[in-house]
Amino acid sequence: MTDTPIIEFADFTFQYFSQAEPTLHDINLKIYPGEKILIIGPSGSGKSTIGHCLNGLIPFYYKGETRGSLQIKGKETSGQDIFSLSKIVGTVLQDSDGQFVGLTVGEDIAFAMENDCIPGEEMRERVERVSRMVDMDRFLLSSPYELSGGQKQRTALAGVMIDNVDILLFDEPLANLDPATGKTAIEIIDEIHRSSGKTVIIIEHRLEDVLHCPVDRIILINEGRILADMDPHTMVSSDLLRQNGIREPLYVTAMKYAGIAVTPELYPGYLNTLDIQKVAPQLETWFQKVKPIPPKIYEDVSLDLQGVTYSYDGITNVLDNIQIQIHRGEMLAVVGRNGAGKSTLAKLLCGFIHEDTGAIAYEGISLAKQSIKERAEVIGYVMQNPNQMISKAMIFDEVALGCRLRGVPEEEIKPRVEKVLKVCGLLPFITWPISALSYGQKKRVTIASILVLDPRVIILDEPTAGQDFRHYTDIMQFLREINLSGVTILLVTHDMHLMLEYTPRAVVLSDGKLVADARAADVLTNMGVISQANLKETSLYHLAQKAGLRDATGFVQHFIDFEGKVRA
Amino acid sequence: MKARLFSYNFANTYIHRLSGLTKLACFLFLTFAVMFSYDLRVILVILILSTCLMVVSRIKFSQIRTMVWYVAGFLLINAILTFFFAPEYGVSIYKTRHELVDLFGKYSLTSEQLFYQLTQVMKYASVIPLGMIFILTTNPSEFASSLSGVGVNYKISFAVSLTLRYFPDIQRAYTDISQAQQARGMEMSAKANPWKRFKSALLIIIPLIFSTLERIDLITNAMDLRGFGKRNKRTWYIRKNMNYEDWIAFMFCAFLFFGTLAVSAFINHSRFYNPFV
Repeated sequence: MTDTPIIEFADFTFQYFSQAEPTLHDINLKIYPGEKILIIGPSGSGKSTIGHCLNGLIPFYYKGETRGSLQIKGKETSGQDIFSLSKIVGTVLQDSDGQFVGLTVGEDIAFAMENDCIPGEEMRERVERVSRMVDMDRFLLSSPYELSGGQKQRTALAGVMIDNVDILLFDEPLANLDPATGKTAIEIIDEIHRSSGKTVIIIEHRLEDVLHCPVDRIILINEGRILADMDPHTMVSSDLLRQNGIREPLYVTAMKYAGIAVTPELYPGYLNTLDIQKVAPQLETWFQKVKPIPPKIYEDVSLDLQGVTYSYDGITNVLDNIQIQIHRGEMLAVVGRNGAGKSTLAKLLCGFIHEDTGAIAYEGISLAKQSIKERAEVIGYVMQNPNQMISKAMIFDEVALGCRLRGVPEEEIKPRVEKVLKVCGLLPFITWPISALSYGQKKRVTIASILVLDPRVIILDEPTAGQDFRHYTDIMQFLREINLSGVTILLVTHDMHLMLEYTPRAVVLSDGKLVADARAADVLTNMGVISQANLKETSLYHLAQKAGLRDATGFVQHFIDFEGKVRA
Repeated sequence: MKARLFSYNFANTYIHRLSGLTKLACFLFLTFAVMFSYDLRVILVILILSTCLMVVSRIKFSQIRTMVWYVAGFLLINAILTFFFAPEYGVSIYKTRHELVDLFGKYSLTSEQLFYQLTQVMKYASVIPLGMIFILTTNPSEFASSLSGVGVNYKISFAVSLTLRYFPDIQRAYTDISQAQQARGMEMSAKANPWKRFKSALLIIIPLIFSTLERIDLITNAMDLRGFGKRNKRTWYIRKNMNYEDWIAFMFCAFLFFGTLAVSAFINHSRFYNPFV
């Protein structure tokens, strides 16, 4: 490491032309060659804007006014265009699907060279070399649809490394990945950082997942200002994370619940550096002190799936003899890796497709003969991306749409919409256009537009994907309230925190088969199920194991129960 | 998965191996030939040829089933309308009148009209498979590289290729959105009147456009960050050079095209073939 920073922000301020206030205020930050830096902050904190300034998307794509100085490799960025910056800073965007430009892995890796007019022979040779570095040389002819999430990340990485950049910038690399793939992605980044010695900058809000591998420094940013620049141990020990809407690692929360004063001296930044000897006794005492809460028993069966089998092509069963009973008033998670059959299950319940064999009943009545519209009276479906549902300009019209399509008289619609908007905390915006809302608010609008039809069951596809801690908490608390009002809720999700904190029961699908139907604590501590569903064992489990607690699963359940009490 | 309207599938056949440029040229030659000529014999030759090509390129019926039904429906409507609006058009072309059946009012079915409409249907039936073959056997990126090879601006070529590539994704999004909107009570069946159906279509298309724009934004950023548009030229990783197979196909299609012109000029002395004189 040398003393000359590779990146230097000095009194740097940036304001988008479309915004009234600067997004970044007086940023002073030095990053040295070979460092691995994590920039964290909640949504809208300005962390992505820092990334855009580094890779040149500002001012090339997003226009605004800059003050102060930003130097990369000793040169002011203001005089350089996005193309010359892209030779120094390689950016991997968050959606590894959406940024796949080529039709095959080879073509995608070569994209930057094609734009540089490099002749075909040389391109093939360099693609060969770089793809070997990321271990993708056997997949050069594969299309993105045939790749796993981790392989797509590797391809994206190769695509920027082909230019031999000095800095690798990862903009929310975990946003769209399931827990297991996210873990792999962090390992890939670490492996490249070690072997190439390049400067690595990761922009994320999922702190615990990034800290799966070591980082040199963590920069905390909120409201456009740098609030902290610390090593992981100090950062995790401070209260700054909670104050700024960042979720601290679960094992840290558990230690705090156990009454342990978390200080940098415990090396709590990573689970494997944590001085477990010092905390084990207190964890043990905490665990012993409370007796387990018996799980809530539900009586009435709402949805009953008996031996449901479905196949798209008549050859492979996407769902194979699925047997699930969902009770009235339950809130449960449906988990599994991509292609495990989760969405197919949701589509079957909504009647978009029909089971080949087996039967689905709602409150004892078969749904077989009911149309999509009829089923929608009882089962509502909320898509993952709110932009795929919103078809009206105004909030009121969007929420009223379902009623109007059903021919509900207008004078009856108004009170219904108002009531639902009130429940969703959107009543103050009733006359607003949807375009003025944030992503999280749009999500609420889509939930409201389903709730207005008064369904008894709601299925939500990845309700918390891409949300920071605060928005995640908002949405989940809101869903919990709806659930408490008597609506049965099914969540198709990858989010392990969600399972731990909100859904007592988890149903796990793998290759179309039901592999587990159990408490979330059992699922997230069962290695076999975890690997089948592309989940990751929770750090609470490891903490308990390291501390030598006999019943690690019980410890996780204890944490969930305790958390429930804290929240209530 | 459910069959998509269009999607490129790789198989190692003669047709797939041809360069995108060759396929484009051949497609244009054959299409112009059929569009120009009203000679049923010529059209039948090309129809047989396109059916053979379909088999050679191992396109399965399941891949094109949806498309075939749409086309069949369109042809049927087209034939009926043509008959009702211009029942004597065949007579005016072939200058003879052989009445087969007297229908009602001023309508009667003549051999001339029947022959004319048969020719017309065959024209479509022979061209449409060619289009399907072209789309189903051409790698979109390769197609873009060929377009830019014949002098089309590479940014336009790339846009065309991205469009072809995202077609299946957009179709998937369309299905998803449509299902979710039906669950909210949107009427999709033919029972609804046209105005209602138009409104229903908006309920799908608006979200489709907005979610597609999101994707476009992302891909634009990804492309900018990797230097797209930096220079006036670019190279192509997967460009294929023309080889002897390409030249054979090219010459063959060129021969058919000029052959068609020759048949019209020297044998029929018109674009129509007249069996009635």
